[in-house]
Amino acid sequence: MEPFDPAELPELLKLYYRRLFPYAQYYRWLNYGGVVKNYFQHREFSFTLKDDIYIRYQSFNNQSDLEKEMQKMNPYKIDIGAVYSHRPNQHNTVKLGAFQAQEKELVFDIDMTDYDDVRRCCSSADICSKCWTLMTMAIRIIDRALKEDFGFKHRLWVYSGRRGVHCWVCDESVRKLSSAVRSGIVEYLSLVKGGQDVKKKVHLSENVHPFVRKSISIIKKYFEGYALVGQDILENKESWDKILALVPETMHNDLQQNFQKHHSSLQRWEYLKKAASQCPSNIKNEKCGPWLEWEIMLQYCFPRLDINVSKGINHLLKSPFSVHPKTGRISVPIDLQKVDQFDPFAVPTISSICHELDAIFTSEAEKEENQAESDIKHRTRDYKKTSLAPYVKVFEQFLENLDKSRKGELLKKSDLQKDF
Amino acid sequence: MEFSGVKRRKPWLIGDQRKASYPHSLQFYLQPPSENISLIEFENLAIDRLKLLKSVENLGVSYVKGTELYQSKLEAEIRRLKFSYRESLEDEYEPRRKDHISHFILRLAYCQSEDLRRWFIQQEMDLLRFRFSILPKDKIQSFLQDSHLHFEAISEEEKNLREQEIIASSTSLGGPKLELEYVYKIPFADALDLFRGRKVYLENGFAYVPLKDIVAIILNEFRAKLSKALALTARSLPAVQSDERLQPLLNHLSHSYIGQDYSIQGNAGKISLDQIDSLSTKSFPPCMRQLHKALRENHHLRHGGRMQYGLFLKGIGLTLEQALQFWKQEFIKGKMDPDKFDKGYSYNIRHSFGKEGKRTDYTPFSCLKIILTNPPSQGDYHGCPFRHSDPELLKQKLQSYKITPGGISQILDLVKGTHYQVACQKYFEMTHNSRDPDLDNRRLLTACPVLGMYALPTMPTVGTIFKDIVLREQCVVETAWMVYMTGRRDLESSLEDGGTEAS
Repeated sequence: MEPFDPAELPELLKLYYRRLFPYAQYYRWLNYGGVVKNYFQHREFSFTLKDDIYIRYQSFNNQSDLEKEMQKMNPYKIDIGAVYSHRPNQHNTVKLGAFQAQEKELVFDIDMTDYDDVRRCCSSADICSKCWTLMTMAIRIIDRALKEDFGFKHRLWVYSGRRGVHCWVCDESVRKLSSAVRSGIVEYLSLVKGGQDVKKKVHLSENVHPFVRKSISIIKKYFEGYALVGQDILENKESWDKILALVPETMHNDLQQNFQKHHSSLQRWEYLKKAASQCPSNIKNEKCGPWLEWEIMLQYCFPRLDINVSKGINHLLKSPFSVHPKTGRISVPIDLQKVDQFDPFAVPTISSICHELDAIFTSEAEKEENQAESDIKHRTRDYKKTSLAPYVKVFEQFLENLDKSRKGELLKKSDLQKDF
Repeated sequence: MEFSGVKRRKPWLIGDQRKASYPHSLQFYLQPPSENISLIEFENLAIDRLKLLKSVENLGVSYVKGTELYQSKLEAEIRRLKFSYRESLEDEYEPRRKDHISHFILRLAYCQSEDLRRWFIQQEMDLLRFRFSILPKDKIQSFLQDSHLHFEAISEEEKNLREQEIIASSTSLGGPKLELEYVYKIPFADALDLFRGRKVYLENGFAYVPLKDIVAIILNEFRAKLSKALALTARSLPAVQSDERLQPLLNHLSHSYIGQDYSIQGNAGKISLDQIDSLSTKSFPPCMRQLHKALRENHHLRHGGRMQYGLFLKGIGLTLEQALQFWKQEFIKGKMDPDKFDKGYSYNIRHSFGKEGKRTDYTPFSCLKIILTNPPSQGDYHGCPFRHSDPELLKQKLQSYKITPGGISQILDLVKGTHYQVACQKYFEMTHNSRDPDLDNRRLLTACPVLGMYALPTMPTVGTIFKDIVLREQCVVETAWMVYMTGRRDLESSLEDGGTEAS
């Protein structure tokens, strides 16, 4: 892959926005079938331009308007905000208090830095293939709950471009949810609680809610490979002391001694499980049995959500197909059927796809005679010739599903009204 | 048709007709009363209900809600004031009528401001919760139906399919006795207080709620409906107030309870920046003390910390200029570029002072908000130490603050019982040598408890807020106690409804 140099961004972005950004699909998404008047026109976008210039309350009349503006301003970052009561770019003309955010997708942001206390391989903005499993587990757990518990049908998962993933829930009813309900959903999905001050961040009660039980089942599939082998969380005294901090003091001596005797995290974990389920029940206020084992697994593997991202209707979140200015990677949709195989390091960077495009263009232009004709033909299918194509396909599948649902709803409504 | 033998002031309906108009001892107040009453009765009903709601408030502060002691005292109070509460009693017509009419009269008085509405809704909810809790099970269904709450019970087969899940989710079910319970299927968004704490089973967008848990949902419905109704009432209020007979009474009613307003106007510019370090150890509540320390040590605070601490500083009297200087000085020590500060952070500070955006002059967070929302994560220092810290670490912190071992164990016990604000009060007492105030029958104040509690002893400048109250109440410390006890009561009811532990 072509190495990415942030200094080249202005040039690369010019090419990207002229030839590669999938405007048609993007507009198809945010227009939501044109069912609600002005839905696209009232949507807020924000652009971050070169030199950190940040402009809010951008809005556009249609796809062509969006295209022209993006090509003109060449934004380094694009964020999507809410659908407002008026066109955001005219908000200053609206009477005070009348300009309100009305609808927005339910969004989630899962960031690898929130796991710094439990991953040994990397910290802060760094990620590697070892800790990426945390994102895989997060996607599986959260997506299952959104689909099976909440009944949400249209969920788009996107790689953020550097160290995390986003989820956009786009069902019609979901876009209308209040801030209170959004907060409630995040609370439902939260298990890891506490900051620096708190050592043990997960506490299960005796009654284990089905959501927790199902999440634990998912984690179990990955735990050995991720935690015991990859992260090696019981490798040495320094690392297993952290686990002991989560376990009743009465068990410490026994565990320390036996950990010395074993030779791998795998063995030590087996021992810990046995010890936890056997501990006598006369210990006051300390639970034994599988809860202890589960609490440790959850603290090390369960997703950590940022509630502030999800609860605000007017919150702005990085747009899919936006470029990450530091890594150059495109924020691409993730194929849920292939979540385990998703590799953030294989995601195309803006330099690599521009490079791919150049290579094709030079060879094809030699064959074309009419330059204008070739330009238009290129514009409509250029991304298809680059490594961006499969990701756009995932996006299109998502859009197909949205369309199908919409048609179904319209049919239902017209049946009720007896429209023929 | 029966004729009631007892003479009344206003015989209106007779016998079965009376029972029909008020079929239950409690109601949602969906329909306003339509009879004529005298001005004297209008006034008496209103005053009696106000007394009742104040008792509800006081009892909620003095006793843990739902306990036998609380319930027996509340029942006694309701009976004393002759309001309705129990289904099975004879001749409930008068008390129920009184309940109905007086509620609607108080709506007129208490719809007028956000504070008044909040207070009114809180007490009415507590009252309803109590009455519902003593309603016999067989009466619940008919009450729900009569109140037009469309909760559909699911069939036996549907219940059996999900038996394990429903039992595992609902802590109120005492064991595998699901056959005896009704289970209702409700859209998940209608069961917010249940699903957010994972206290109900969710499947495909629906919550499967056993009868026992319906209370939380009913109360939510009630709160939402009452809130809307109060807003509507406020709009039609001018017409009511123009009636000269009613105007003086309504004004009198709403002023007999009106909270101390913590808008900051009288306060700004009375502290200097160099006082803050010493004030932080002598007068700040532990949450702010911790934030200040973290700011000094790291020369930085994340967003949650900046909001909580920044608004507090505003509340104790920092001006915008002082605040900008304070934060900038500290952030620059952390090797932040002054330009970056101006670009990224000063906008937010001005915003919180109401100088940007929609120009709201934000008030400091109440204890309730700090305890219940936005818990701190890795790298955060905001929140309530009593709520959000590990007990071990909290103990160490208290030791470092030189609290006596006896005091520390008292505080930790309170924390275990989730009485976070009482724990904070204990901390206050331990660090300020004050006595335990007596609670009964005091007037309560609203708004920022954290500010109120700590504003008094060592900060004479902020004492100007309390000048009026001090003169009237003649006891400064007790006033502070009152201030945040308001928050405590809200907290306990929220904890009951929403729960705190993961399951």
